[in-house]
Amino acid sequence: MGHYVLRRVLQMIPVFFGATLLIFLMVYSLPGDPIAAMFGDKAADPAQVASLRHQYYLDQPLWKQYLHYMNNIFHLDFGTSFTGRPVSEIMADAFPVTIRLALVAFFFEIFIGLPLGLIAGLYRGSIADTLVLVLTLIVISIPVFVLGYIAQTIFAINLGWVTATVQDSTDITQLILPGLVLASLSLAYVARLTRTSIGENLRADYMRTAVAKGLPRQTVIGRHLLRNSLIPVVTFLGTDLGALMGGAIVTEGIFNIAGVGNVLYKAINQKEGPTVVGIVTVLVLVYLVASLVVDLLYAVLDPRIRYA
Amino acid sequence: MPERNEDIPDGHDPLRNIQPTDSDHLDYVGQQGLAVEQETLIEPDTVKREQARSLWGDAWRDLRKRPTFIISALLILLLIVIAIWPGLFTNADPRAADLTQDYLRKPDYTDFFGAGWFGYDGQGRSIYARVLYGARASITVGICVTLAVTVLGGLAGMVSGYFGGWVDSVISRVIDIFFGIPLLLGALVLLNAFSVRTVWSVVIALAFLGWTQLARVMRGSVITVKQSDYVVAGRALGAGTGRLMFRHILPNALAPVIVVATIALGGYITAEATLSFLGIGLQDPTISWGVDISSAQKVIRQAPFALFFPAAALSVTVLAFIMLGDAVRDALDPKLR
Repeated sequence: MGHYVLRRVLQMIPVFFGATLLIFLMVYSLPGDPIAAMFGDKAADPAQVASLRHQYYLDQPLWKQYLHYMNNIFHLDFGTSFTGRPVSEIMADAFPVTIRLALVAFFFEIFIGLPLGLIAGLYRGSIADTLVLVLTLIVISIPVFVLGYIAQTIFAINLGWVTATVQDSTDITQLILPGLVLASLSLAYVARLTRTSIGENLRADYMRTAVAKGLPRQTVIGRHLLRNSLIPVVTFLGTDLGALMGGAIVTEGIFNIAGVGNVLYKAINQKEGPTVVGIVTVLVLVYLVASLVVDLLYAVLDPRIRYA
Repeated sequence: MPERNEDIPDGHDPLRNIQPTDSDHLDYVGQQGLAVEQETLIEPDTVKREQARSLWGDAWRDLRKRPTFIISALLILLLIVIAIWPGLFTNADPRAADLTQDYLRKPDYTDFFGAGWFGYDGQGRSIYARVLYGARASITVGICVTLAVTVLGGLAGMVSGYFGGWVDSVISRVIDIFFGIPLLLGALVLLNAFSVRTVWSVVIALAFLGWTQLARVMRGSVITVKQSDYVVAGRALGAGTGRLMFRHILPNALAPVIVVATIALGGYITAEATLSFLGIGLQDPTISWGVDISSAQKVIRQAPFALFFPAAALSVTVLAFIMLGDAVRDALDPKLR
């Protein structure tokens, strides 16, 4: 097990540098001059432009810029945005909001998606099963931004149950609707994955043994079936937590939530290089740590994985 | 001239040394020459080909009986016809903005196939015509991105899975790197660099970021198939790397790749619409459902129909491809049912 953990952590290192380098190249080597954009339509003073370039390290070759950036990150310095605000400050404002939203969405995935999949898997071919299949298929087909507008129109504008946009993200009740919209796609996947997994494991030999031993139904389902069926679902949920944080751009835009997605979207449009790279670096880290935790969890749940 | 063995880097394949060296004068490792010889000698391939055909034949027989397959296939056929010849279904010009009339006119549901069937949008353009003409962008992006990622990802996964060792390590890490960057985020950054964005810039951005999914599937599939007896037999009979890869492994490793690719196609259509909706995907004069939904969103209270019809068209298209993928998966892999 120790070997396995060490190997996985070591594998993370090149991936972290590679992903940040890739995003760095995408942001900084693509056309469009952020410094010129800072002046808008005004003619820029060349001396001022040169000094700004120097200040943001943009007068150096790209690889030097990257090394400089990485060096700073290890001192927890994410640089300054072109508006003069430290990127770490921008992130400190945005991340808690998105984390709250992602957790609400995560909650829905587990407490709605899993039971739906469990019911559909246990009672295969029943009306409930068909209903779950059809509903999840519809949810998967409708793009999140359409779903968001439908939900907003029905629940906020027509019924007036919730506010159309989120005024205060610390108020969990305001996050219920956006959280549900954000969760919808993954929720459908979780339900379908659980259903498939349960269906496969129902036919397993150990299930027949457990039933033949005369174990109570509760124990057979809870201890034998669920534990084995949940392995792929746990994998999906783990990697999804990272995806939820990055994928909140659309949901946060519709419900006007000042989270990471919103900030990132604006930063991309304004060619705010430092902010984009900073946020994406953190998102990549979150994703990597999440997949590491999933792999370790996987190894705990399924001893067969530990072979390496 | 020494035998060139660079295509099997760690030399874990002792059987390969059985190859006759006289075919080495051939430009490319000599395996093609060998392959031709073999076909004329024993023709091991006729048996194999029948076997492969029966797997796909079984799947096809199974598919034809599935209502979901028939419905989704017919829908997709219709969508492709609309995408190629939208003019067949309407005389209205999707770009004609008639501002002398009231814009946002309500749909006239008795006006079948007429310009006013689905009403008019905020610029007085026929929504029905725009829904029809919008199919082209979505279908083109979906199909082109899927083809690109299947070829790119398939090749990477094949090489990675077949050779193993350090080649696999390197390709797997590259896949991990791309996997760490969310598709939508990466596409936003990439597309921001294009000042004029067409269907092709969207295709390039999505394919550049999306190939890893197929590569992972292909790699896993190839690793499983590689250990089969018929591959070992093919190698023992002296089949070269290229022949083993493309004649023996590829047809048998393809099924999961096709399933994932079909389902992913719907996802790419959604991604394009989402990007266009965010204003960083397609732009005028390309007609796109995503752009139309985005502009309809501003008038959602007065004219919900302006949002409904393009959104419904988009959802039905995605649904058709996902249903097709589901049906194909069930037909190819009964275990997953």
